[in-house]
Amino acid sequence: MNQILRIAFFALIVRPLMMIVLGTNVRRGELLPSSGPAIIVANHNSHLDVFALMNVLGLKRLPSVRPVAAADYFMTRRLRRWFATRIVGIIPIDRSKIRREKGKHPLDPISEVLEKEGIVLLFPEGTRGEPEKMDEFQTGVAHIARRHPEIPITPVFMHGLGKALPKGEALLVPFFCDMFVGKPLNSQLKKRELMNQLSVSMDELAAELPVEAWN
Amino acid sequence: MNHLAWEVRITLISIFAVLAVSNCILFFKMRYSPGSDDTLIRHRIRTWWSLAGLFSLALCLSPNGGVIFFGFISFFALKEFLSMSPTRRADRRVLFYAYLSVIPQYYFATTDNYQMFLVFIPVIMFAWLPTRMWMIGQGDGFQNAAGTLLWALMITVYSLSHTAYLLTTPLGQHASNATPHMMSLAEQHPGPGLLIFLVIMAETNDIFQYLSGRPFGKKQVSPNIAPRKTYAGFIGGITLTTCLAGIVGPLITPMDLPHSVFAGFMIACMGFAGELCICALKRDLKITNFGATLPGHGGVLDRVGNLIFTAPLFFHFIHYCYHP
Repeated sequence: MNQILRIAFFALIVRPLMMIVLGTNVRRGELLPSSGPAIIVANHNSHLDVFALMNVLGLKRLPSVRPVAAADYFMTRRLRRWFATRIVGIIPIDRSKIRREKGKHPLDPISEVLEKEGIVLLFPEGTRGEPEKMDEFQTGVAHIARRHPEIPITPVFMHGLGKALPKGEALLVPFFCDMFVGKPLNSQLKKRELMNQLSVSMDELAAELPVEAWN
Repeated sequence: MNHLAWEVRITLISIFAVLAVSNCILFFKMRYSPGSDDTLIRHRIRTWWSLAGLFSLALCLSPNGGVIFFGFISFFALKEFLSMSPTRRADRRVLFYAYLSVIPQYYFATTDNYQMFLVFIPVIMFAWLPTRMWMIGQGDGFQNAAGTLLWALMITVYSLSHTAYLLTTPLGQHASNATPHMMSLAEQHPGPGLLIFLVIMAETNDIFQYLSGRPFGKKQVSPNIAPRKTYAGFIGGITLTTCLAGIVGPLITPMDLPHSVFAGFMIACMGFAGELCICALKRDLKITNFGATLPGHGGVLDRVGNLIFTAPLFFHFIHYCYHP
């Protein structure tokens, strides 16, 4: 990662964009982890999600924040690869590989970051999908929780950026982004119970939304 | 700075003085009754400081500074409106045009292009946005989408842009006859004085309503829409605002005493009407405020509700009485 360029990008481009063009309404921002190691899970509507979330986490926490992203998408073209790894600082995970290969588990890079006190951002829907519609969550988060049962998992529900920049669109239309932070989940639970707890928590957060769904 | 008359500068300074006094009152209240929770009011006053600071800074920098300030207010209000209302996914491009319309509208205000200023949104955008909407080819929800968008543009961009036009409008001979003892600077640039008059009357009306409604208020004006608005507050607001207008108007604007009193009365009544309109809108959308852009107040749209009717009315009142 290029820390100087990274901080400059977030301070000079992302922050003004989020302050003026888009804007965020955060509820219970104090529930976000103040330092690593920590895991934040959020629903995924747009490429802007990760910038909005990292902007709310602030420049102080920025050096430790690492979003998990699809290697098969972000590591393909050279410029995209450079931007994703050097500026955004993603942890690339290949979505097509699910088994241990050459003694390395696909989730090992995430464990490494957590061991170095990083804050990992995870979008368990696995794809932006149809904007403002929550897809089924992938179980990767449960596997990480099993490896690190002592690390808190904070759920965040996001809404609005799928309207501002949905998948397959290039025109950015200003909209406020709602960001509702929930109470940390119990990471010690078994896989199915944890996933259950996550989706219940997300549904509760989504129910706070006053705006009717998109028609 | 030299476009601001000294009366206007004194008014700006006294706004800050009033804020400082309210901070002192709050400080002593916290000192002597520490139990009460004043977080909301503290946030509210702090936001007033930053709003008044930004507004004065913008006004002092240049006459166009105030225009840019209100341009941003319009943009934020429109963004809040469209984020809180249901919109159709297909209409993203149409919404983009709606946002873009802020720029020409405020440009016509700065360049004193009266005709274009009047027709741009109610005539040109009125024709263009629904046209762009049918081009997309989705009939479902057309009526709601077109209606919501045009109404959003009218209240957040068209109405509020009249504040900016007040700043740049030149007045004719008639105005200088009204108060012959006035300094020539105020005659050349009546805009800042008029704008500050409007904003002070609209916002203090809110505070006067609160102050007179809290001890005396019983009967609600509209219990289903705004349970906290009472007749006592409404009447107290009108009386106090009209009195204040009679004092401030002749000082900082080209208006004489009767005109000032009438303007104050009108701003108090229609400011109240505008605010209740925003309240009804919030009831319909099932929200309590339009966001958290202004801590203690809610969103920008919650704050400027009292300007949506008064800005065009006051502008045309001035234009009718004083324009050559």
